[in-house]
Amino acid sequence: MSAFFPQLRNNKKAAWLATFAVAAVLVALPFVVGLTGNAGVRALAFAALYVMLALGLNIVVGFAGLLDLGYVAFYAVGAYMYALLASPHLASNFPIIAQTFPNGLHASVWLVVPLGATLAAFFGVILGAPVLKLRGDYLAIVTLGFGEIIRIFINNLNAPINFTNGPQGITLIDPVKIAGIDFGRPQHFFGLPVPSVYMYYFLFVLLAVIAIVVCLRLQDSRLGRAWMAIREDDIAAKAMGINIRNVKLLAFSLGATFGGVSGAMFAAFQGFVSPESFSLVESIIILAMVVLGGIGHIPGVVLGAVLLSLFPEILRHTVVPVQNQLFGHVIVDAEVLRMLLYGLAMVVIMLYRPKGLWPAPEHGIAPHSDGKADVVKPQVA
Amino acid sequence: MGDVILKITGVNKRFGGLQALSDVGIEIERGQIYGLIGPNGAGKTTFFNVITGLYTPDSGTFELDGKSYAPTDVHKVAEAGIARTFQNIRLFPDMTALENVMVGRHVRTKATALGAVLRTRATREEEAGIRKRALELLDYVGITRYANFQARTLAYGDQRRLEIARALATDPKVLALDEPAAGMNATEKVALRELLSNISKDGITILLIEHDVKLVLGLCDRVTVLDYGKMIAQGEPGDVQRSPAVIEAYLGGAHKNVATKEHA
Amino acid sequence: MDTFIQQLLNGLVLGSLYSLIALGYTMVYGILNLINFAHGDVLMIGTLTALSTILLLQSMFPEAPGWLLLLAGLATAIPTCIIVSLVIERVAYRPLRNAPRLAPLITAIGVSIVLQTVAMLIWGRNYLVFPQLLPAAPLEVGGAIVTVTKVVVVALSAIIMIGLMLLVNRTKLGRAMRATAENPRVAGLMGVNPDSVIMITFAIGAALAAVAGVMIATTYSVAHFYMGFIPGLKAFTAAVLGGIGNVPGAMVGGILLGVIEALGAGYIGEFTGGVFGSNYQDVFAFIVLCAVLIFRPSGLLGERVAERA
Repeated sequence: MSAFFPQLRNNKKAAWLATFAVAAVLVALPFVVGLTGNAGVRALAFAALYVMLALGLNIVVGFAGLLDLGYVAFYAVGAYMYALLASPHLASNFPIIAQTFPNGLHASVWLVVPLGATLAAFFGVILGAPVLKLRGDYLAIVTLGFGEIIRIFINNLNAPINFTNGPQGITLIDPVKIAGIDFGRPQHFFGLPVPSVYMYYFLFVLLAVIAIVVCLRLQDSRLGRAWMAIREDDIAAKAMGINIRNVKLLAFSLGATFGGVSGAMFAAFQGFVSPESFSLVESIIILAMVVLGGIGHIPGVVLGAVLLSLFPEILRHTVVPVQNQLFGHVIVDAEVLRMLLYGLAMVVIMLYRPKGLWPAPEHGIAPHSDGKADVVKPQVA
Repeated sequence: MGDVILKITGVNKRFGGLQALSDVGIEIERGQIYGLIGPNGAGKTTFFNVITGLYTPDSGTFELDGKSYAPTDVHKVAEAGIARTFQNIRLFPDMTALENVMVGRHVRTKATALGAVLRTRATREEEAGIRKRALELLDYVGITRYANFQARTLAYGDQRRLEIARALATDPKVLALDEPAAGMNATEKVALRELLSNISKDGITILLIEHDVKLVLGLCDRVTVLDYGKMIAQGEPGDVQRSPAVIEAYLGGAHKNVATKEHA
Repeated sequence: MDTFIQQLLNGLVLGSLYSLIALGYTMVYGILNLINFAHGDVLMIGTLTALSTILLLQSMFPEAPGWLLLLAGLATAIPTCIIVSLVIERVAYRPLRNAPRLAPLITAIGVSIVLQTVAMLIWGRNYLVFPQLLPAAPLEVGGAIVTVTKVVVVALSAIIMIGLMLLVNRTKLGRAMRATAENPRVAGLMGVNPDSVIMITFAIGAALAAVAGVMIATTYSVAHFYMGFIPGLKAFTAAVLGGIGNVPGAMVGGILLGVIEALGAGYIGEFTGGVFGSNYQDVFAFIVLCAVLIFRPSGLLGERVAERA
């Protein structure tokens, strides 16, 4: 907690209190929101999922300073991997599989999540390796290209051999099953009925918290410093013995693993995946979360993810009824309005608050100076 | 003949139509302070960039501590043991002074991402060690009080010292300094001279590009003079200073006969 | 019918379109070192404006000749694109000229999204039919079939590109543009107003995009809010292929990319034994893009990237 609010650093008691309070709110939240129906809790679960995704992208963009516009590719890899290993699709299209696995493919979460993470990391290395030496805008475009290439392949790998079922996607994906508890069915704990959505919410929040802790630890480590050094001046970083290539690759693959795990969870949650969920727009939305929240600042990124994923839901529930009231029908579709506001937000934030809504607090300014930059900044090539 | 720690010979570097370096070489003995001087544009920084791997030379042999090295990867050169500072100061501006020096320890430490995430004991101990050493180095160069301030807010002279501290953090065999005294006033230069002298006494070899004649004379054991990419003199500072070729390079032909005049 | 010639001609048509759009990217990049992400969407806005104009005029003057309607469409598309482009430059790019490179790229993405959503609001999300304005009767050229539209596209593009080359190389304005691209400050000292030159550069690029967009819509008979994205990306590929910042390079790159894409899409079925079909057409451009940026970022006609100190 003190990582989020540095004022708490000196007051251990207050820090613990704050942590406890937040935890209590998080646990109670679905039950409160659930009073209006499952849709709200669903939105909360997705918010937690997006926190993971945004944190993963933040490692690449925020920590290592690499603008990746194709991040959704890793999300897709994780999702489709889980979909293929835990649904009837492969068994019904490939007799060999049906024979080897007469009960169908039902890979367990404990297998799939590490596998998804590894596969995504592997893709991270493949996609990252050739592009590392590119500068900012070129890197962005190439990663965008990679993301699109992957989506096109997923969309078209249904002929001649049906791997991905093309535009129709893969359905009937198993829900998560941990310790005998089937997340796809409502359960009961301590006599309290807990719908499936709530359980996914708790799982995702737990994963999000783990993600936050991992990121915090990475940031404050030898690796985290190396990333920051590269971001600030890569030639000086090289001169200090940092192997830029490997360090950047590490950022790419670590970021990718977050995407892969999130993807697998998404597939289980939704029960169905299709290429539509993995378009460029998705990459841009995740990027918007990082940028608007506060590039490189973990609390900011979390805030950005939560705001930008919940905001459209809120919008949908207000804009539509208001328009119906005022005009009798919907003039501006909530979907369109959401994207419009995203776009405007990106422009406005970059112009007026480029460090994001919740930027990292400034380090100390040396007392005798006027706080302005003295060092001749190297030209950004 | 002492123990040679850095031996470079036959370096040639051409940029398009310009021959920036012609057959330049130096030989530095362990523990020496070696100066590289010459008028502006002579190729001194180019030479630095070649030996530290920023530029790829057209030819040359490179030997550090008896082992030959290829100056192709900058980070490998640092790993091998040559640490440098830059003419225009290249600190990490938004990181604190302490963090800047801690980055210098990167090349001599090995904590991995996994270790960081799991916070293993080995990682925690290494982190503590890094921080301790960084503080020691800040103290060594005299800027401990600025440890937690952003590097770009430090005064100019302090920034130069920070850059030296960061370079020292890599445990170099040779410390290559590109105009460390540039922009300093007389008092700062005295302090710098003392610092460099201490570093040398502590066993680190120093290679220095410098314009300040007094500093060079007072500090360097040997110097090489470059002009238009060629070596025009090599030897002890006093001798080199009197060489007609050197005087001509700095002051022009009319002053060639000033050779016998003593300078401060 | 000789497939090769056919595909080659298709490639020429496609390439001409890419060249027109690529010129916009390359000129802006040459001066500002900025990828104008929103360029493709400016094209889209112009095209849809033209469509509206044409439909309006068609309903008012049902016997008006097709080419006249086309000209009217262009007459509204070009100024629209220019204005939109200038507004974007002024509002989203100019304030960020000295900001770290990430910032204008993100604003550009934001602008792109805004343009698309505005288009969605005005024209809806559906694919709109762009009327057939030029005679549709096919002509035979050397064993291949072309239409009047395709001939017009190639001819018009060629004229425009020649005009642009003359402008850049033979006029005072062209000199000013080249000077600003090399060194804006010094150009300023020589009496050139860099802001004006930048605005003119954006305007020219926008005008070219407008023409290209209307041509695309005429060729494929369709227009919609997302139509700028893929051509924009491909045109950017073309610009990079020829050497970003290099005007003749954009032309060469455009034609080359068009030909590669047409031949690739035409023959890929045969090459891969039916595994990959022409639905992978877009992938070609992406692969070319990635390959060029990775292996030869300076492009075909560009300068070698200098080493840094």
